[in-house]
Amino acid sequence: MSQDTLLEIKGLKIQGFSDERWHDIVKGVDVTLKRGQVMGLIGESGAGKSTLGLAAMGFTQPGCKITGGQILFDGVDLAQLSETEKRSYWGNRITYVAQSAAASFNPAHRLIDQTTASTLRFGKKSQAEAMDDARALYGELNLPNPDTIGDRYPHQVSGGQLQRVMTAMAMSPRPDLIIFDEPTTALDVTTQVEVLTAMRKIVEHFNTAAIYITHDLAVVAQMADFIKVLRYGEEVEEAETRKMLTAPEQDYTKSLWSVRALAKEPMPEQEPILKIKNIDAAYGKVKVLHNVDISVPRGSTVAVVGESGSGKSTTARVITGLLPPSAGDIEYEGQPLPPKLQDRSKDQKRRIQMIYQMADTAMNPRQTVREIIGRPLEFYLGLRGQAAEKRILELLEMIELDGRFIDRLPGELSGGQKQRICIARALAAEPDFIICDEVTSALDQIVQEGILRLLMRLQKELNLTYLFITHDISTVRAISDQVVVMNLGRVVEQGTKNDVFSPPHPEYTELLLSSVPEMDPDWLTNLNAARA
Amino acid sequence: MHPVLTTVVQRLGLGILTLFVVSFIIFASIELLPGDFGQAVLGQAATEETVAAFRKELGLDQPAYIRYFEWVGNVLQGDLGTSFSGRAASGVDRSRPVLELVAPRLENTLFLAGMTAAIAVPLALFLGITTALYRNSIYDRSVNAATLTTISFPEFFVAYILILFLASLNPIFPSLANIDATTEFWDRIYRTALPALTLTLVIVAHMMRMTRAAIINLLASPYIQMARLTGASQREVILKHALPNAWAPIATVIAFNLAYLVVGVVVVEVVFVYPGIGQLMVDSVTSRDIPVVQACALIFAITYILLNLIADVIGIITNPRLLHPK
Repeated sequence: MSQDTLLEIKGLKIQGFSDERWHDIVKGVDVTLKRGQVMGLIGESGAGKSTLGLAAMGFTQPGCKITGGQILFDGVDLAQLSETEKRSYWGNRITYVAQSAAASFNPAHRLIDQTTASTLRFGKKSQAEAMDDARALYGELNLPNPDTIGDRYPHQVSGGQLQRVMTAMAMSPRPDLIIFDEPTTALDVTTQVEVLTAMRKIVEHFNTAAIYITHDLAVVAQMADFIKVLRYGEEVEEAETRKMLTAPEQDYTKSLWSVRALAKEPMPEQEPILKIKNIDAAYGKVKVLHNVDISVPRGSTVAVVGESGSGKSTTARVITGLLPPSAGDIEYEGQPLPPKLQDRSKDQKRRIQMIYQMADTAMNPRQTVREIIGRPLEFYLGLRGQAAEKRILELLEMIELDGRFIDRLPGELSGGQKQRICIARALAAEPDFIICDEVTSALDQIVQEGILRLLMRLQKELNLTYLFITHDISTVRAISDQVVVMNLGRVVEQGTKNDVFSPPHPEYTELLLSSVPEMDPDWLTNLNAARA
Repeated sequence: MHPVLTTVVQRLGLGILTLFVVSFIIFASIELLPGDFGQAVLGQAATEETVAAFRKELGLDQPAYIRYFEWVGNVLQGDLGTSFSGRAASGVDRSRPVLELVAPRLENTLFLAGMTAAIAVPLALFLGITTALYRNSIYDRSVNAATLTTISFPEFFVAYILILFLASLNPIFPSLANIDATTEFWDRIYRTALPALTLTLVIVAHMMRMTRAAIINLLASPYIQMARLTGASQREVILKHALPNAWAPIATVIAFNLAYLVVGVVVVEVVFVYPGIGQLMVDSVTSRDIPVVQACALIFAITYILLNLIADVIGIITNPRLLHPK
C-alpha cells in the first residue's frame, strides 16, 4: 500500500437477507482511494452502490453482512473490527452525508448541537471552539445567517439548507473521508446547483477524500476525480472522469451516457381539448395558484415543469376536480366542466384519468392486477366476467406485459411493471385525457425510457392527450409538444417546445434551464463563473 | 400568545365542554337506574303517600331537566349537594353534605394513586428504556415475561398472593390497609404498601411495554442510523436520539394508567379494606344515594380529562415542530 492511499477495498462481498434467503448485493469489488481524491460511484437502483458506500465505513445495514474481502482504511481492516472499535472511526475520521437530510436530522435537537455532536464526542475541540467552527463552516457553505441558523430546529430550514448543514456536520470533525450518499437527489435543480457548489468548495478547501454516490452522471461529473460504474453488485468499469465521459469502454456505460434518444415528431396544430382559465386555488388560507391559464391541444403532450412548490400537482388536482378552484373556469371540449368532482357526470370522470408518481402507493397491495384493472372496467363500462377478463388481457398486451401477470399482486412486480399496471388502469376507462404526475421520477433511467416510449406509442395509437407533470427537463425535451413553465403558483411561460427551449428566456426559465447539470466536468465551474 | 399556551387554553376549553357532556350523561344514566330511592329506603311496606312526601322532600318530584340544571348550577358554585342517606323517615335529619363524605375518601384514593405512581412510573420507564437498550437479550425477555405475567392475573389474585407472602407467611406489611384522617404520613405509607404494590404490578406492564415499543419504533428512522454513523453508542442513541422523540406516546399511556389508579381500583380497595372513593361510589349506587354517585362520577371524569390534558401538553412541549413553529 502506497503512502498516500487512504482507502483500499479488496474483493469485498456483501450479502443481504430477503425473501427468506441470502442474496449477493456486492460481489467482489475493489476500490483504491488516495488522500484528497473524490471517487464517483454510479449505478442504477439495486446496483449496490449505497451498500458499498456504507461498507467503506465498515457499516452494514441491518439484515446485511460482509462475507468476504477487506476494507483497509489507513491500513486497518474495518471489516475485522468490533462495533465499538468501528465507532471510533465513525463521525471522527469517516463521516457520512445522507440522501434525505430532512429525515436524517433528529427533529428534537438544534442544528448546531447535531453539527458539533461528533466533534465533541471525540473531544477534538472545546464546545465553544466547535460552535465557532460550525458557524464558520455554515458561512463557507453559503448558508444564510451562518451565526444564527444553527440555533434552529431541522423543520425550520429548507431542504437545500439542511443538506448543507449536514455537509457542515460531516466536515466538523475534519475527517479524512466523507461518504456522500445521493446528497442532491431529493433537491430541485436550482437548489442542487447551490448545494453542489458548496460541497465541492469545502471538500477542495480541506483536501478531504470523498466517495460520491449518485445515479446522475452529470452530477458526479462535477464532483469526482474518477468514476466507478457498478451494476448488479459488480464493477463495470472505472476511469478518470474526463476519459469516462468522452470514451467509455463498456456498452452498459455507453447506454447510461447516451442522452435519452427519444424525440417526438412535431404535430400539427389542433383545437384545444382542455382549457383552464384564470384559475386561483388555495389549500385553506394558503393560496397556491394565481391566475393560471393553460390550454392543451387534442392529441398532444403538454409538459408542466417547475420545482417543488410551483403548483404543478395542484393544477392537476384542480383539473381532476379533487381541489375545486376558488376562481376561474375549466373547459373540456368547449363545454364547462363542473369544478367539484361530485358534480361531474360519470362520463366526464371517465374521460380524464390520472397516473401517479408512486405506483407503489397508488395501488391496493392486496388486490391482484385483475382486480386493479377490472375495477374501472366495471365502474365506467359495466364490463364483468368473461368480457372484463378479455379486456384486461388486451390492456396487458397494450402495456407490453403478458397474460400471466393477471393474478399477480403489486408486491410481486418491479417498479417499471407497477407503473405499467397503473397506465393500464388509466387506459381501462378509455379516456381521452391523461394526467401523468411525475410518473417516471421514481424509476431508473433505462426503465424510464421504456415507460416514456410506451406512453408515446399509446398516444399515437389511441390519440391520447397528456398533461405531463415533471421536474426533469430532459424528459420534457424528449416527449413534449408544448411546455408550461410554472413557478410559485404562476405560469411563467407557455409555448411550443422549440419556443420555450430557445432563447431569449424569461428570467426564471433561464435559471431553471441553466441549472440542469450537463455531461461536462467544467459545467458547474463555468456556470458559477457566468452567474458571478 | 405562544402557540403552546393557545393549545393548552383550547384543550382546557374543550375539556370543560366535555365535562358538561359527561355531566349530562351521568345524570341521564342515573335517571335510567331501575328502582326509586324513596321506595328503596322506606321499604315495600310504605304507603304511597309516605313515599310521595319523601320524594318531595328530596326534590325528586321535580321534572328531570329542572333537577339537572339545579345540580349543575349548584356544582358550579361548589355545592355538591346533600347525601340522601341519613334522611330516613325517622324524622331526624342526620344527612351530611356530599363534600364531607367524598373529600376524605378522595384524599385517600389520591394518596394511594400517588404512592403507586411514584413507584410504578419510574420503574416502568427504567424497564422500558433498558429493555429497548438490550433488545432481545435474556434480560429483555425475562422482564417482558414477568410483567406480562403480573398483568395477566386478576387484581384480587395478585393482592391475595402478596398478602400470603408479605403479610401471612412473612409478616412484613399489614394485610389490612385501614387508615383514617389521624394516621401519620409514614404509618400511612407502611399500611398502604400492599395495595400500592398490587397496583404497581398491575399497571407497570402496560407502561413499560409502550415505552419499549415507542423507542424501538423510532430505531428504524434514518436519523437513528445517522446518529450511529456519527459514532454514537447504543446508550446515546436510545437516550439522546430516540427517547426525546418518544415522549408523546409514553405520556399518553402513563396518563391512562394514572387515571385508572383513581377510577378503577375498587377491587383492590375491597380486598385491603382501604377507604377509597371507589368503595364509596359502589356503596352509594347500592343505596341509591344519587348525589354521592353523581359527585364521584364527576370527579372521575375530571381526573380523565385533566390527565389527558397533561399528556397532550407533554406531547406538545416535547415536539419541537409544535414548540418552535416555523
